[in-house]
Amino acid sequence: MTAIPALSPVRRRPLRWIQPFAVLVIAAVTIGIPLWLVAVTSVKPQAEAVKPNLALPHHVQAGANYQQTFDEGKIVQGFFNSLLVVAPSVVLVLLLGAAAAWVFARRKGRLVNAMYALSISGLLLPPAVITIVMELRQLGLAGTRPGMIGVYAGMYLSTSIFFMTGFIRALPEELEEAARMDGAGPTRIFWRIILPLLRPVIATATIMVMLFAWSDIFYSFFVLGGGAKATLPLNLYQVANAQLYLNNWHLIFAYVVMMSLPMILVFVLAQRRIVSGITSGAVK
Amino acid sequence: MADTATLGVSDATSAKEPDRPGRDGRRGRSRRRADQPWWFALPALAVFGLFFLLPNLLNFVYPFTDWSAFHSQIGFVGLSNFSTILNDGSMARDIRITLEYAVLVAVFQNGFGLGLALLLERDTRFNRFFRAVFFLPVLISALAVGYIFRALLAQDGALNSVLSSLAGHQVDTPWLGSTTWTLVVVTLIHGWKWMGLAMLIYLAGLKSMPGDVLEAARIDGAGSWRTFWSIRFPLLAPAVTFNVTTALIGSMNTFDIVQATTAGGPGSETEVFNIYMFRVFGQGLYAQASAMSLVLFLIVVVLAVPVIVGLRRRENNQ
Repeated sequence: MTAIPALSPVRRRPLRWIQPFAVLVIAAVTIGIPLWLVAVTSVKPQAEAVKPNLALPHHVQAGANYQQTFDEGKIVQGFFNSLLVVAPSVVLVLLLGAAAAWVFARRKGRLVNAMYALSISGLLLPPAVITIVMELRQLGLAGTRPGMIGVYAGMYLSTSIFFMTGFIRALPEELEEAARMDGAGPTRIFWRIILPLLRPVIATATIMVMLFAWSDIFYSFFVLGGGAKATLPLNLYQVANAQLYLNNWHLIFAYVVMMSLPMILVFVLAQRRIVSGITSGAVK
Repeated sequence: MADTATLGVSDATSAKEPDRPGRDGRRGRSRRRADQPWWFALPALAVFGLFFLLPNLLNFVYPFTDWSAFHSQIGFVGLSNFSTILNDGSMARDIRITLEYAVLVAVFQNGFGLGLALLLERDTRFNRFFRAVFFLPVLISALAVGYIFRALLAQDGALNSVLSSLAGHQVDTPWLGSTTWTLVVVTLIHGWKWMGLAMLIYLAGLKSMPGDVLEAARIDGAGSWRTFWSIRFPLLAPAVTFNVTTALIGSMNTFDIVQATTAGGPGSETEVFNIYMFRVFGQGLYAQASAMSLVLFLIVVVLAVPVIVGLRRRENNQ
């Protein structure tokens, strides 16, 4: 046994420099070049940026470009518009999903199984975006934030119920039983025991919903449209299509930088939890 | 099947239950109906039913009407919307293109993801840093990713100017203007955007590999190539299932990257379902867009279900 681990470094030694070298080259070409293009174009004047290239800017006007995206692209408004639909959607998906998952994981019976199968059908089935518009109009929710929140919550509930039910099934029931014998009711048990235990999978679900909803444009197009409630991606689309032919690359990329920063910041701050959250949910 | 097994056990114990008082601490077997009240599931079912299931049910009604922006009354018109999209060739074309798109994305996303996972498998500080670097595209919105590659791949864009200076003469390949190859280019971009997520999931799969099995293979003299294909790859089955399924489903619902790079062109050769719906809805032909939405629904049901069942079965057979 002791001899075997000693063997492997010997076998790997001639190739040792290849792996870091390959990683550096691949990262530079596939990630470095696109990000460099964004960064460098976002500080160029329009005349230089109209044909995007990797060259350094002759004239740096970062301040002017970013100022203009703030004014014309309505970054601050878009940020709050995004936040006001994504955050409630996430909370709704997590809370309602957890409560339902608790029932689906613990109770047995044909009806419960059927309900579970129905509620995770959204993992596969595509949302019927056209008739969503019709329904929201009839409910008086077309073009409103509650309508958008409902649509996002409906789309991602399946994911959260699926992950959380699997997670709760693997939890031992003793804690719940003990609390129950101490006289705690179901609501109290849910808040004090189930929700705290769900922390890892809540992290997973939050990240998944954030990743999709924060950058969604397709569904928000149909539900919110442009106008005063437009989210960040919708604003980016409007900035990009402000002229008939795409020629304001300097503004587009300044906008891309501003818009991506919140997500990247969240990732840097919570990297370890995000990574373990994503992977623990996927491969059981 | 595990469910029926536990169900049998609890039935057996509850049959003996009468001798014991209900709350004597027999763990988990003395379940009363009120322990997890069913109404806890109600809000989720209500939201899901109202905003997901009901629209999908309505999607079986509106395609058979003349719902449009041009008149306020809605009347039934039978199959005319379907005959329109069938006769103008858009249905067959969008089915073909969406399926090609989904398969190519599944291949690229998983190929890139698995490659990166194997490359960055060892848990060093260097590798951890670069895992984060390759995860960056996942964090950038898909629309932004589309614009980045549009700027890179435009005929007078960054890639051609780099290639021109390398080649010493003018290169002006229309990367996004070929009726044959642009679909491949767009799916490569889609694979690029999501490869970081696939990489993380493959890394988790590689990490959960039982060490003694690998040790045994090494003692038996299996090389790293052989070990990978005969042992590690089959053991990655759950990760492959998850990644292939999410790639297929995600790309059936793709919109942003295609809209930002080609908007369905050239000559509608990258027009996936959602691009069509967006365009036709914008023209005010709501029922016709809804008809295409129903086609997408049926295609997903017909194709995705067997794929998932098949992958699950293969996973169980390992």
